[in-house]
Amino acid sequence: MDSNTVVAVASIVTAGLTIGVGCMCPALGEGRAVATALTSLAQQPDASATITRTLFVGLAMIESLAIYCFVVSMILVFANPFWTHTIAQTTGK
Amino acid sequence: MNLSSDQWILWQHGFLKLNGTIVTTWAMMMVMALGAKLITRTLVTEGAISRWQASLEIVVTSLEQQIKDVGLSQPRKYLPFLGTLFLFVATCSLCTVIPGYKPPTGSLSTTAALALCVFFAVPLYGIKEQGVGGYLKTYTEPTLIMLPFNVISELSRTLALAVRLFGNMMSGVMIIGILLTITPFVFPIVMTVLGLLTGMVQAYIFSILAAVYIAAATRIPKKKLRPPALPQPAH
Repeated sequence: MDSNTVVAVASIVTAGLTIGVGCMCPALGEGRAVATALTSLAQQPDASATITRTLFVGLAMIESLAIYCFVVSMILVFANPFWTHTIAQTTGK
Repeated sequence: MNLSSDQWILWQHGFLKLNGTIVTTWAMMMVMALGAKLITRTLVTEGAISRWQASLEIVVTSLEQQIKDVGLSQPRKYLPFLGTLFLFVATCSLCTVIPGYKPPTGSLSTTAALALCVFFAVPLYGIKEQGVGGYLKTYTEPTLIMLPFNVISELSRTLALAVRLFGNMMSGVMIIGILLTITPFVFPIVMTVLGLLTGMVQAYIFSILAAVYIAAATRIPKKKLRPPALPQPAH
């Protein structure tokens, strides 16, 4: 296999794995956060504004980890520097 | 794939480029400034308040209440900055209902600029509240060993703000774009609604996080209290 094929295969496989595995753990974390927030809402309904706001801030923090994985896989698929480098080499030759 | 309006160049002169992101941002600024100017031309404090003035009042008072809830005791000082952050990001994502529109926050340049504004605003407000020495001392807050970690956390917070907003907006646009090519029209519309929801949530998150960082920088640290004297037994 020439270097073009190796780069392409590695990028595609890594992009798929990144977004697949990288969404599992934030999803688990968000599920636990929402479950705990629901429990505390049931125990103290009058603090619901604070609990809801803190829940949203915490969810955004956890979600940004999944966003990082998404951005990496988008870079691998659409703005891949290794791919442009090997393509430039083969077309330049 | 054209993911953001960065690639749509309208005018170029040397290395100065006028791309779609900048033009859309100007259009958003014009819409918000002109709209606010038109609504606040005739402000009344009693009698028949027009609907537009009432809705603007709702926006301003709920922003003020949120800022006060975060822990900033004088919300009026921070309302212009935080309110503008929220309103700009919210307007940019609300206009996604217009067909053929790409939100300027879907470009890393815009979100990096907004995150840099927060990055510079936090020390400015901190120094205004506590003075230069007092603010710099907060970096050594628990112990002196935490100084590099506090500095790194400042930088990574800014980066996280930029990438979070960029990733959310860009992924919304991309999902709709991909679905438009492969599915009937119902699904892209559903995804547009979801994109509206996440856009508003991200606008709220951005401004609340900025408020939390400013609150952490302007909080006066409690002086160490001496333990209260034990009551002396009466002799």
